Amino acid sequence: MLANILGSLATVPGALPGAVAQGLIWGIMAIGVYITFRVLDIADLTVDGSLGTGGAVCIMLMLLGCNVWLAMLGAVIAGLLTGLMTGVFHTFMGIPAILAGILTQLSLYSINLKIMGKANQAINVDKYSLLVSLRWVRKAMLNNPLIMVAIIIVILIAFLYWFFGTELGSGLRATGANPNMSRAQGINTDLNKVLGLMVSNALVAFSGALLSQYQGFADVNMGRGAIVIGLAAVIIGEAIFGRIFRNFALRLLAVVFGSIIYYVVIQIVIQLGLDANLLKLLSALVVAVFLAVPYWKSRYFRRGVKVRKEAE
Amino acid sequence: MLELRDLYKTFNPGTVNEKRAIDGLSLTLEDGDFVTIIGGNGAGKSTVLNLISGAIPLDSGSICLDGKDITSLPEFKRAKYLGRVFQDPMMGTAATMGIEENLALANRRGARRGLRPGITSQERVRYREQLASLGLGLETRMTSKVGLLSGGQRQALTLLMATLKKPRLLLLDEHTAALDPKTADKVLQLTEEIVSRDSLTTLMVTHNMKQAIQYGNRLIMMDAGRIVVDIRGQEKKDLTVRDLLEKFNIENDRMLLSE
Repeated sequence: MLANILGSLATVPGALPGAVAQGLIWGIMAIGVYITFRVLDIADLTVDGSLGTGGAVCIMLMLLGCNVWLAMLGAVIAGLLTGLMTGVFHTFMGIPAILAGILTQLSLYSINLKIMGKANQAINVDKYSLLVSLRWVRKAMLNNPLIMVAIIIVILIAFLYWFFGTELGSGLRATGANPNMSRAQGINTDLNKVLGLMVSNALVAFSGALLSQYQGFADVNMGRGAIVIGLAAVIIGEAIFGRIFRNFALRLLAVVFGSIIYYVVIQIVIQLGLDANLLKLLSALVVAVFLAVPYWKSRYFRRGVKVRKEAE
Repeated sequence: MLELRDLYKTFNPGTVNEKRAIDGLSLTLEDGDFVTIIGGNGAGKSTVLNLISGAIPLDSGSICLDGKDITSLPEFKRAKYLGRVFQDPMMGTAATMGIEENLALANRRGARRGLRPGITSQERVRYREQLASLGLGLETRMTSKVGLLSGGQRQALTLLMATLKKPRLLLLDEHTAALDPKTADKVLQLTEEIVSRDSLTTLMVTHNMKQAIQYGNRLIMMDAGRIVVDIRGQEKKDLTVRDLLEKFNIENDRMLLSE
């Protein structure tokens, strides 16, 4: 038994680069989830659809002969539109955020099918110049996903750090922190929510575009359960790095680390022989427990909270 | 400068909980007026402020500020002209953001928010001075999250935020009601200082008759969504709590208790 486990664990290092690469790509998606879930305080389920939209748009544009960067730009624009759709459902039409996301997600299933014309579209790594592919995960080249995606993430985090420090970005953070106060300070909270949803889903679609290149195909089901993976990454990142990473950029980095850890753990669990069909169940339960921790803490482990004395 | 004309507001119309909160209220404020509003629970004091700020929509009537009809402007656009402090200390600040960040947000009230930096180093210097003038020691905790502050500190900060960019009208909605008496006094003193320094036109809702008499140049009492008493000038200066009680035979225990 023990020998068995050790034996299967011995194969883990070999599978590690692939797991880390996937973690990096999904890390971008998890940053998108962080923006809605933590910054805007909205659980946005659009992502289950917009991930696939990003992948579908990217692959189809490339098959049509587009340059890979142009295809990725197309994916980002498509992502912005999915966020806009949820945003309009939520603000202009007054639909609760979760339901608005579900509605968009469902409609994206049809849209993604229409974009691809069928349930999945493959792209040949030899015929098209992809940005990343799982084939190159062990190669010493710029297009090695471990290198390429890491560089992209650094650029993205730098951009987001700048953006959330601007007047507009500060207003967006304030909208999530306290909408009443934001309106009293002249912030258009509806507009900011839509903007946040757009930025978030653009990141998710971008991640989907990378993922479809990495795996060599886009699939209508590729985003199923994405929100859970995104939340898992956010929560793992916060649980492990929350105390040391205070700065906003570092918090985003923590989310990426959370995503990598998630995929490495999943890899190990699979190598240990867990039925891969049970993975989503396992992920959902882990996320459920982690989401419950703050609640349990406040409810059952209320350690004598010191009442702050009024500063004179 | 502020003109409220025939305001009506009914909550939950057509249900058993139907409540006419504001019943044909009209009011004109002069530039520099400091008006205190008192009245029992459900008299409509806070509702008036919420109607002016646009936090709740009006059924009918019109609101003009400096001759400009703002009745149809959404809340966030009216914010350009208004400074607001709420009863709940949690409501006026963003708890997860720093003290200086909150001030920077307030400093851009009414301005277009673009891609310029959310806070600059010159601003920080200014905020430090202004926080120091509160005398609460907040100037040494500029980057601390506002969630760590006490209720009194948060109300003082909200007051500073409301007046950082001089508003045309300052709306104070029982902003000391959630504080202990000593802190409440301190925040009120601060209010008085700021209002007279910037000669702000102010509407202050309070439950406390003594406060209503002590502060401001005009006192309004509300009942059932209408103004029932409006005292100003010398009469307001000479007013005592006993006068008010005797004159208008107020039967509201909360107001009596807070005497």
